[in-house]
Parts: sequence; C-alpha cells; structure tokens
Amino acid sequence: MNIVVLVKQVPDSGSERKLDSSDNTVARASADNVINEMDEYAIEEALTVKESQGGEVTVLTVGPGSATDAIRKALSMGADKAVHVTDDAVHGSCAVQTSAVIAAALQQLEYDLVLCGAESTDGQVSVMPALLSERLGIPHLSGARKLTVEGTTVRVERQTDGGYWMLESSLPAIVSTWDTINEPRYPSFKGIMAAKKKPVETKSLADLGVDPASVGLATATSRVLDFAGRPPKGEGVKVADEGDGAEKLVGYLAAQKLV
Amino acid sequence: MRASLVLSRRDLDFLLHEWLEVETLAKRPRFAEHSRETIDAVIDLASRIAVEHFAPHNRTADEHEPHVVDGRVQLVPEVAAALRVFADAGLAAGTLDEELGGMQLPQVVAKAVTTWFQAANIGSSAYPFLTMANAHLLVAHASPEQVQTYVPPMAEGRWFGTMALSEPQAGSSLADITTRAELQDDGTYRLTGTKMWISGGDHELSENIVHLVLAKVPGGPAGVKGISLFIVPKHLVADDGSIGERNDVVLAGLNHKMGYRGTTNTLLAFGEGVHTPGGRPGAVGYLVGEQHRGLTYMFHMMNEARIGVGLGATALGYTGYLHALDYARTRTQGRPVTGKDPAAAPVAIIEHADVRRMLLASKSYVEGGLALGLYCARLVDEEQTAEDAADRERAHTLLEVLTPIAKSWPSQWGLVANDHAIQVHGGYGYTRDFPVEQFYRDNRLNPIHEGTHGIQGLDLLGRKVVMGGGAGLRVLAEAIAATTTRAAGTDWADLAADLDALTADLVRVTATLWSAGDVDVTLANASVYLEAAGHVVVGWLWLEQVLAAEGSTGDFYDGKRQAARYFQRWELPRVRPQLALLESLDTTVLRMDTGWF
Ligand SMILES: Cc1cc2nc3c(=O)[nH]c(=O)nc-3n(C[C@H](O)[C@H](O)[C@H](O)COP(=O)(O)OP(=O)(O)OC[C@H]3O[C@@H](n4cnc5c(N)ncnc54)[C@H](O)[C@@H]3O)c2cc1C
Repeated sequence: MNIVVLVKQVPDSGSERKLDSSDNTVARASADNVINEMDEYAIEEALTVKESQGGEVTVLTVGPGSATDAIRKALSMGADKAVHVTDDAVHGSCAVQTSAVIAAALQQLEYDLVLCGAESTDGQVSVMPALLSERLGIPHLSGARKLTVEGTTVRVERQTDGGYWMLESSLPAIVSTWDTINEPRYPSFKGIMAAKKKPVETKSLADLGVDPASVGLATATSRVLDFAGRPPKGEGVKVADEGDGAEKLVGYLAAQKLV
Repeated sequence: MRASLVLSRRDLDFLLHEWLEVETLAKRPRFAEHSRETIDAVIDLASRIAVEHFAPHNRTADEHEPHVVDGRVQLVPEVAAALRVFADAGLAAGTLDEELGGMQLPQVVAKAVTTWFQAANIGSSAYPFLTMANAHLLVAHASPEQVQTYVPPMAEGRWFGTMALSEPQAGSSLADITTRAELQDDGTYRLTGTKMWISGGDHELSENIVHLVLAKVPGGPAGVKGISLFIVPKHLVADDGSIGERNDVVLAGLNHKMGYRGTTNTLLAFGEGVHTPGGRPGAVGYLVGEQHRGLTYMFHMMNEARIGVGLGATALGYTGYLHALDYARTRTQGRPVTGKDPAAAPVAIIEHADVRRMLLASKSYVEGGLALGLYCARLVDEEQTAEDAADRERAHTLLEVLTPIAKSWPSQWGLVANDHAIQVHGGYGYTRDFPVEQFYRDNRLNPIHEGTHGIQGLDLLGRKVVMGGGAGLRVLAEAIAATTTRAAGTDWADLAADLDALTADLVRVTATLWSAGDVDVTLANASVYLEAAGHVVVGWLWLEQVLAAEGSTGDFYDGKRQAARYFQRWELPRVRPQLALLESLDTTVLRMDTGWF
C-alpha cells in the first residue's frame, strides 16, 4: 500500500498572522511556521493504515525552502520519505494552480491512497482534494471521521453536521480527514533521529514538467484584493444586580437569542 | 510559536544557541548524530508534551494528594497517562548510550528538556527524573549484568527508580544511617531498616520500582566510610527479565507535604517480614560496586542531581514569573502617579513602577538561574566529552565549585520570584484560584532536599573552594576574568569592573576566613559566603548573556540588557556588606549560647 500524504506548512494559527501588504499573499517569512494542524490527522491516519496493511508513507509538500521543517516533523512522526516541490514561480498561486502542481507531482509517484487534511488553516479554501480528484480522475471521499481499507476498497464515515455518511470507493482514491478521526501521535525521540536520514527529494516545476508561466500570482484565477481583521471585542455589557440580576441576565440572553 | 506561561522558548533558544552554541557539540563523536535540527525538534517535542500533558493536571494532582487504599497508593489517573506519553516519546532515555536504548543527548539539551517538565508539573516529572538519576548511577557503577537487567526497562519508562538515602534520624548526616545489609551465602544481601522521605517510593505507575539504597554492612568502618549501595527492587527480577517474587520492602506511610504533592513521598520498611522472598523475611539487595563505597558512588552523581534541583527551582520561579507578567499586563488598577483623574480609565498594573520592580527582579533571578543551570550542564558535557584532557579537568574543577551554587542560588532566588509572583497578584495571589501559591509551595522544598542550604554552604566554603590547594576558586576567578576581559570597550565595561573587584574580594575573604585558625569560626557563616559567591557568579553569567546579545536589537535583547543592569545596580551591591561581615570573622551567631534563646 503506497500512501501519499499532502502536507502544507502554514503560519501558526495561535500566533499573529499577517498578509504581505505588497501583494496580499500570506506573509510566511515573518511568521511562526508550523505544519498545518489538520494535516497531522492525515499523517496519523496514513501511519495507522501502514501499520495494519504494510506499505510506505510518502509526504508531499509544495512550499518554500523553509517548509522542510514541516517535512521533518512528518518524517519524525514515522513517514518514510518525502517529496518537496519548491520553486519561486509558485509564489502567490491560487488553489487551482497549486492543484496542477500537486497533481503533476503525484503523477510521478506511485500511490494507492492520497490523504490530506480537510482544510489548511491559512487559506481555508478547502477545495484541494476535490481539485486533485478531478485532475487525477480518482474518487474523492471528503471529511472522513473514520477510515478503513480492505483490499482495494476504502470506506469512510463522512462527518456531517447532522451525523455521518458511509462512503466506499475503489483505490486509488483521495480522502480528506477531519480532526475527529484520530489523535495524532507525537514524534518520538527515535523518530526525530531517524528523520534526519530519510530521503527528501526536492523537485522544481521543470522537474514536474509544469510551465512556470501557468502558476503564480500573475495568472492566478483568484486573488485577494483587500483584507481586514476581526474587529476587536467591544466593551461587555454590565448587568447591575439590584435584586433583579437573574431576570436581567435572562432578559439579555433572550434578547441576544441565546436562550 | 504560542508564547507559553510554562517557560520561555525564546529565552531557552537564546541561551542554548546564541550563548552556549550547543550545536558545536555535534562535532564530538558522542554527539555526531545531533544537529540544530534534532536539538530543536527534541525541545519542541518536550515543550508540547509538557504543555499538553503535564501542565493541565498540575493543579489536580496538588488538590488530590496521593493516598492509600487497601495498601495501594492511589494517584489521580492523569499522572500515569502523562508519564505514558513521556515514555512513549522516548524521553526517558535522553542522555543514555544508544546501546542501552538512549539517545546520547548532550547534558545541556537534556536539562533544557527536563526544565520544561519541571516548570509544567514538578510533581509528575519527579518520577522519570528520579528514574534517570538512578539509571545513570547504575551505568556508572553497577556491573554489566546489573546494568542490562535494570537500565533498559527504566530507559523504556516501564520501571521507575528511587534514591533511598535518608532515614528518620539521618538526613543531612548520612554517617548515622542504621539500615543494615547482611551478606548471604549466594552473594546477595538481606536488608533491614527504615528509609524516610523516599520520593516515588511506592505507587502503581510502573511494573517495578528499583530502589537504590544506602545501608551498612555489619563489621564495616564507622561513619560514611562504612556505607554501601544496594539495588533493592520492589519485585525481584527473574533471569529472563520478567517480574518475579515480591521483595520484602513495603510502604510504611505517606508523608503529607506542603508542595510537590503529585510525587508520592514515603516511609519505607525493609525486611519487616511482610513478604518472604525465597521463603524468609529480609529485603533482597544486590551490592553495587564494592562494599563501603556507596556514598562515593552516590556523590559521583551528585553534581548532575544538584544541577537538576537548581533547574527545578528555576523552572518553578520562571513559570511563576510568566504568570505574574501575564497577570500584570491584564489586571487594571489605579492610575499613574502623574495622572490621577478619576475619570480616566485605570491602567494595567504593569504600568506601576513598583510592579515592574518585582517583575524585573524576578526576571533577573529566573533568567539568571536558567543561565546558571544550563551553563553547568554544558560543563558536564565538557567534563565528559572535551577532546583535551586539560579541558576536561578544568571543566570538572569548575563544576565542583559551581555545583553548590547551582543547587542553592535558584532554590533561594527562584523562591523569591515565586514570592513576588504572589505579591503581583495582590489578594488573588493568596487564593487557590491562581496557580502562583502552588508554585511557591512546590518551590519551598528546593532549599531543603538534595543537601540543605546550610549543607551547601559548608560544601562550598569547607570543601570546594579549598580543594586542590584552592584550584576551585582559582578556576572560577579565571573564568570570570576571561569574560570581563571580553567586555572591555563595550557598554558593559563597568559591570565587568564591578565583577573583577567583587571576585578579588571574594578570593581575599576566602583566604581571611581560612586564616582564622579556628574552623568553627571559618565555617560559622558559610551560608552567607554561599549567597555572596552565588550573586557574583550569576552577575558574571548576566555579563555573559549581554555580551552574547551584543549587536542584537529588539525587545527581547533590550529586556536582557535591562535585566543585566538591574542585577548590576540592585543585586550586586548586596554582596559587599556580606563580604565585609565575613571578612570581620564575625562570631555573633557562633557565640550565641544555646541557653540564651
Ligand atoms: C519532599 C521531600 C522529598 C525528599 N526526597 C528524598 C528522596 O527521594 N530520597 C532521600 O534519600 N531523601 C529525600 N528527602 C530527604 C532530604 O534529602 C532531607 O530532608 C534533607 O537531607 C534534610 O535532612 P533532614 O530532613 O533529616 O533534616 P536535618 O538534617 O535534621 O536538618 C535540619 C536543619 O539542620 C541543619 N543542619 C543539619 N546538619 C547540619 C550541619 N552539620 N551543619 C549545619 N546545619 C545543619 C539543616 O540545614 C536544616 O536546616 C526528601 C525530603 C523531602 C522533604
């Protein structure tokens, strides 16, 4: 079983994140960059499948040179090898363009199962698995909260607001995972040391046969025009208790349609 | 990275990389597998597990002290769960040799790792750290068979270890222990006696507990020269390494402590016949090394253990400081001295100079303490792996003289930082709704165990500064001079000059003390000596830090510089009156008749 996990490095959602004012792209250089949190679940799932079925887990990343940190992290959790697509021309690409790059990289790999997180915490576009499914002509099972593989069949429970769906398809397929699917393991001490020696192949657009002019901000299908932060929290409402505090509180909650 | 209230990763990175340049250790064969990348990854791992699995139950474990039900120690389940994660990540094996399942991590990195856990939850982290100390002692002094039997399960985190030295009547003075070990025909020993204060002495957290016990073999020399060291497992170990018969060591009671409540602290009874291994009473023990050398073996590991205690005290002070800082930035109260308009909004309390005084003092203590602990850990690496024999020897001597300071200084001043943290919180700091009171209670242990403050003073003045014809103090003075020389021509030349003068005074006062002609007089005020020397050493390490920060700009570095200035202007001036008192050979305390109280 060859499993490829798509991993993206993103600015830490827990610290201050900015857009670059010159072109409204994510300011990566000044950020605390970490592995996209959602991807850790996909990696964990890949490792679990590998542990029960055998095979190999490959990490695939498109990103700047510094994205090697995210790759090392995935390798220290237990993935076997990595492909790192890095090319300055990719900067500013939209999801559609990026999907062409990832699809080209996947076509150079052998895979039965492609796993990815349900979204990345920077762009939150959440369309990558669908785009890849289309480009590669393979089934897409989205939003998995449970995954099983039997022979050449993959089954998932697709999480929805109201419950879940049971889906099934043949392999190869692409599955995106939710954070309800597992509890990602920590890298281990041994894993950290072993990660240093695992192969990481770096590829450029030329290696993938992708025309640099077809990607990047200049030809992106969409671009960010403007952005604004969430307005700061306003002053709270103070309820003075003059023997009627409970009533006032309930009244307030009702007015806000909270009860 | 999210700023944490447990510890400052930024400061740790500064100290490890910008100051101590730990990466350069990778040039040495023992650490060849390591690099900046692996070091950072290990610290990332430690900080995540500490924050996600240790910090969350720090309070719970404090509120639910260990207790005994049907002869078994009960702990909140979070302790076992956290220790499982710790062991699964392989963190228990840190500095051990690869062939024993270890990672051959440099000591300085391993200590940075442990500091995260100590800051997050000192009670739960005591179990693995005692276990590691136990394993290190075995590796250094036990037979290869003993090492093979006991160390790998400890490195895997399946078995835990203890250090069983103290007895109800013998704490500071181990010469007076009475636990007996009698040689049997098969070469094993049977132990009888009682051990007091044994941390991690009983629990259900691990498959086995390996006690390292000091005891006397009858007929041996009196005093410390007659002490031997024994392995006494809770469960005997079969030849195939599996758990065998229950040994005759039992829990006689739990101590109810002020802090460190997540760590069980026990009175243990050996050889009372509660269990009868091999059909008869007596705790089965296996001699480590040779008879009568037990205390020497113990002391061999003492430097590491004492640096660890000092770092634990720093860690608790540090997390208290970070909590106080966070509180001071958000709590509003009062108005600036120059703007008393009652209609104006109140300011955050950090705007008040007196609050900043407490915070800055604390910053200088905890960052100074962290520098001290890591510097000493780096010296352990030098002592063990420097290429040149002379460098190893020099590191050894410097470490010997710094160890009592590395243990005691943070135990004293980290606690002051915890005291300030309570004060910064005002009335809220005195309640159990905020964690700062627990940090204080936890930290109050550190001046007591692992050699009390008083004992460290005697060690420094009575032994360390005079050993090798005064080599210890000489090496320290040289190290300080090497730093002050580098400060010439910088903004720090005045701090360097202060340190040069204080060091010269310290050397002179040491000579005066030892020329008193009466050891009682020489040692009467040893604690004052310890404190004065400690401030000089930490002042020196503040100079080291600001020199490492030369040319760097931004809040972090400006903060370092201001803390160094604080230490120079507010803290170093404490030293001179202490040295003057010592130099006068003051006997006020010594001559206080016990009947006059
Ligand atoms: C929470 C906790 C955990 C512990 N864990 C362990 C453990 O795991 N294993 C273990 O073996 N022990 C452990 N200890 C024991 C600890 O090391 C001793 O408590 C310590 O050595 C002091 O001994 P004592 O309590 O008998 O005090 P004492 O030795 O009676 O000291 C009382 C006071 O007298 C002073 N004093 C004693 N002798 C001298 C002297 N010669 N000169 C000047 N002053 C002196 C001391 O400084 C102290 O202030 C632990 C203790 C505590 C409280």
